[in-house]
Amino acid sequence: MSRKVPDQEYEKTLSFHLKQWLDGTKDFYVERVEMKPQEEFHEEESVKIDRNKERRQRMARIYDIANNWELTGFRRFYKIFCVFFCLFLVFMLLSAVSYMPSYGHPENPVNNEVSERYIESGIQETGAINIVTGMILDYRAFDTLGESHVLFIATCTVLILLRKDKKKDENGNDIEENDRIYEPKNDLILQTAARILVPPIIIFGIYVILCGHLGPGGGFSGGAIIGAGLILYLNAFGFKKTERFFSEKTYKRLSVGALGCYCLAKSYSFYTGANHIESVIPLGTPGNIISSGLILILNICVGIVVAGTMYTFYVMFRKGGY
Amino acid sequence: MQLFTDVLLVFLVICAIAASLSKNLLNSILIFMSYSLVMSIIWVLLESPDLAITEAAVGAGVTSILFFVTLKKIHAMVKTDEKKGEEGHEQKSSGSGV
Repeated sequence: MSRKVPDQEYEKTLSFHLKQWLDGTKDFYVERVEMKPQEEFHEEESVKIDRNKERRQRMARIYDIANNWELTGFRRFYKIFCVFFCLFLVFMLLSAVSYMPSYGHPENPVNNEVSERYIESGIQETGAINIVTGMILDYRAFDTLGESHVLFIATCTVLILLRKDKKKDENGNDIEENDRIYEPKNDLILQTAARILVPPIIIFGIYVILCGHLGPGGGFSGGAIIGAGLILYLNAFGFKKTERFFSEKTYKRLSVGALGCYCLAKSYSFYTGANHIESVIPLGTPGNIISSGLILILNICVGIVVAGTMYTFYVMFRKGGY
Repeated sequence: MQLFTDVLLVFLVICAIAASLSKNLLNSILIFMSYSLVMSIIWVLLESPDLAITEAAVGAGVTSILFFVTLKKIHAMVKTDEKKGEEGHEQKSSGSGV
């Protein structure tokens, strides 16, 4: 330890708190929020018997299917109503489609000055040959930022819903270990296939991300491909091997860093754009890999977030925690 | 080419109906996978390769894997009771396709 500041002072600094927050070692609710364990439910015996009797009578009344006219009436109504509702929905949707303008007509309302601007000066203004990428990561980058955050929030929700606490069984081993029994271990076919397939899949994902502004592809699709490759690797070789390079900490740092980088890059271009300041970042020659300004960086950020999210979804579904 | 597109579209509708009517959950996931694959070919024919890559990776790949894992978690993929009586852990792990 090459720390010059003594520990007590170090614990007061901001960096220590930040590190605690990042590692998740500090629980902010402890000693700050009043927490009380729920009291056990007490009930007198006579009340309980009464309640059970009442409940049984009610159940008998409800589940007496032969005499329950409400139930039979509702069932008949439901059958007729759902047929009518489906017909109504089909009619509404088909009539809406029939009013739509014909496909590819030059005078459609879609072909207004906005798309003209995109097509005519898109390469000049964004530096991206792929106009779609130029659109979603330059003209409409704010939407894409929102999408990345939606993905991140979805992962957090899955984490909250599917997370398991680390519990110990009688012998003191982690119960979590037991889940690893279910993995197909040392499956020769799967391992050989994964050994051949995983590197090309991941390299193809990286290619799709890096060439997002030159051809079809981009952050989301490339990230999904990398995530799928990671999942294949995990299935073939088990959790122990993947946890060496991709743990919960890695995921947290990668996604927080990528989202922060995205926010910074985008707020820079919004700031310069709103104040009519020339952006310092050069657009480069369209067609080169290092060109089109911030689009490459944004693509990489989105790719990292999506790849981590896909992999984390799988791990959460499979094991409920890293 | 028009005929090819029409065949794919008809296949898409058949897949969509079959996935909802299939009694076996595993079968309906497989049908859903083939639906995504056909959809990605249609995206290529509609000249949007960006969407085709995403559809193939997310629709046919990751989503189906998540469905498989969910089926495995709720033990819906246990085929037969061959190993009845043997260790409980081993019995649960039989019939895994993931």
